[in-house]
Amino acid sequence: MTDLDTFRQETRAWLEENCPQSMRSPFKSDKDACWGGRNFQFQSEDQRLWLERMADKGWTAPDWPTEYGGGGLSREEHKVLLEEMARIQARPPLNSFGVWMIGPAILKFGSEALKQQHLPPIVRGEIRWCQGYSEPGAGSDLAGLQAKAEDKGDHFIVNGQKIWTSYADKADWMFALVRTNPDVKKQEGISLVLFDMETPGVSTRPIKLISGESPFCETFLDNVRVEKDQVVGEIDKGWTIAKYLLTHERSMISGFGSTAAGQKTLAQLAVDAVGLEDGKLADPLLRADIASWTIDSIGHELTSERAKDEAKAGQGVGNVSAMLKLAGTELNKRRYELLVAAFGSEGLLWEGDNRPAGALPQQWLRTKGNSIEGGTSEVQLNIIAKNILGLG
Amino acid sequence: MQKLVLTEEQQMLKDAAQGLFGEQAPVSQLRKLRDEKDPLGYVPEFWNQAVELGLAGTLIPESHGGSEFGHVGMGQVMEEGGRTLAASPLFASGVLGACALMLAGNDSQKAILNDIATGSHLTALAIDETGRHQPLRVATRAEPQGSGFVLNGSKTFVVDGHIANTLIVSARTSGGERDESGITLFLVDPKAEGVSVERTIFPDGRNYAKVQLQNVAVDADAVLGEKDQGAGPLQKLLDIGSAHMAAELLGLSSEAFDRTVAYMKERKQFGVYISSFQALQHRAAHMWSELEQVKSMVLKAFMALDADDEQASLLASAAKAKASQVAELVTNEGVQLHGGMGMTDEFDIGLFMKRARPAQLLLGDFRYHADRVASLKGF
Repeated sequence: MTDLDTFRQETRAWLEENCPQSMRSPFKSDKDACWGGRNFQFQSEDQRLWLERMADKGWTAPDWPTEYGGGGLSREEHKVLLEEMARIQARPPLNSFGVWMIGPAILKFGSEALKQQHLPPIVRGEIRWCQGYSEPGAGSDLAGLQAKAEDKGDHFIVNGQKIWTSYADKADWMFALVRTNPDVKKQEGISLVLFDMETPGVSTRPIKLISGESPFCETFLDNVRVEKDQVVGEIDKGWTIAKYLLTHERSMISGFGSTAAGQKTLAQLAVDAVGLEDGKLADPLLRADIASWTIDSIGHELTSERAKDEAKAGQGVGNVSAMLKLAGTELNKRRYELLVAAFGSEGLLWEGDNRPAGALPQQWLRTKGNSIEGGTSEVQLNIIAKNILGLG
Repeated sequence: MQKLVLTEEQQMLKDAAQGLFGEQAPVSQLRKLRDEKDPLGYVPEFWNQAVELGLAGTLIPESHGGSEFGHVGMGQVMEEGGRTLAASPLFASGVLGACALMLAGNDSQKAILNDIATGSHLTALAIDETGRHQPLRVATRAEPQGSGFVLNGSKTFVVDGHIANTLIVSARTSGGERDESGITLFLVDPKAEGVSVERTIFPDGRNYAKVQLQNVAVDADAVLGEKDQGAGPLQKLLDIGSAHMAAELLGLSSEAFDRTVAYMKERKQFGVYISSFQALQHRAAHMWSELEQVKSMVLKAFMALDADDEQASLLASAAKAKASQVAELVTNEGVQLHGGMGMTDEFDIGLFMKRARPAQLLLGDFRYHADRVASLKGF
């Protein structure tokens, strides 16, 4: 038996013993997710226990080094863990911008002190992070951001406004891009800083979206004191880290279109809604559209897989995250349009407890943001055209 | 799980094929064959070189003189051939003929494999009877006569039909016109009495034929595989053929795309290169992104075929569907972005479009394979 087989057996046994029964089913709604943080209200004792047990193993951040609380797993072991979790439909113990975004950036670019200060609380789900990137005047032109950080010796005083900050009203800390030097090329005067959301001068206001929900906020920074030891990497060199994080974010968003283990596929949902005639979906034009979508979805999954395999083998063109983000988000938007079509008017019921398609109208509207957040589809096309095809 | 990258050996084969096609069968060769209305439809000297390199036997077992390099390997050759629009018997004989015999042939029939590997025996698969690919719709009949059969019917869109030494023909030995059971595959000598083969000309200048079978008598040993049970191996053969056509489409689309991007970088209008226009940049970036999907799907389909994976049919159909769709996009955009030059015979870009359409239709277009994907997925 190989080491990996042993690891699989042990993992399976551990999950069997430690994953509470109620944590072994797909989320019924976004509200089932555990985000952790100072003010998080656990939905159940099982949810709290599941986070605690996984965090003890470091498996909320499986591939981070154990010295910072991570699981220390290899890529193969990490994959086995995910497979074994999918096998019993175990819920992710923690949704976290800390684990997904700022953690990897601190690991790669941060000082030892920053790693020790911030990584362990992220793993344990104690601190919830939000991302302060976009500004009212800096969306696609992110490098044009204006939030001003004035040098006051051992600290900065920051003034400005951030927008589209996911869950800023629920977050404990923010990682933000600020302008530390206005006199140089716009990309060369940006720093990535970290601060507590309880710092005086920080305030947030939720933005109501077309779905009626408010996952995003405006964040106002009014004479906010940020210590200089909370700069990730070097002062004025934040754009490199920002680009790294954007790449990371794109890879993450590109997975939105995939069907998670245990989830019904678009085709299965359409069959439930529309029914079969002679073994074929009863609406032939809808069937054609869903077949086309299914083919593209196979293509996207295989391309994501190939990109990882090529990166590992040192082949390929690299920098393919723009293409994966573009394809994945456009695919997810199509998926929800087709779901709305399949369920028909029943799928657009806006309210009520026994809607046949649940919160489909809200989810459908939420997907419209997929091709805007993390860089619009148009920005991804620009990146491909310029960086990969050399068009200019 | 197997990694979605080429092994060193597969990459070497790809490089060797690229060298051969680039030097010995550039696009100008196809142009010449077309202009001279060449009766053979390929250049024998080039075919000999391909055979010498072992390409004809890529899929054939070593025991029959091949190199048993697998579908991933042969797929690289098909893709590179697509880039230069190379005309050769490789697909009809090296892929379809070889695999038909490997899937269903008895020992004496398999002897033909040795001659396919040496390039001396050419085959052609005669299955389509209507303009649109419907492999299970077989009206050609094979009635018992003595210990053998007598065949009547007609076939169309038969690749290399007029140069083949052996025709592989689907005919009905029982059942109704659209029944899956009752189809039998036969090896037919095109010189036999009652067989007439007419070469037909297509926009791509490649070899296709119409085949008429009028009271063609064949022996019992002409049956390839089991009587009435031909649909099984035929479907498997079509999975293989579809994946290899997808590879050729990937090659020709990639080349058409590269040429289009290159043209955008040298063509000036309004005093600037047209590559500086965002409206055009986005169309190019979209095409590139689509080609990347095709690449992944084609490679995965070959790996599934080599592993005899139960997903192979699904993946082959998905690959052929997507490759066909993207070939149509890229060749249409290629002509459009070349502007007026794209409409001239002098520029090569139009040749890619004219090869793409027949290749898209061959063994089923986007719609045929999208329908099959839906059926295989249970909807």
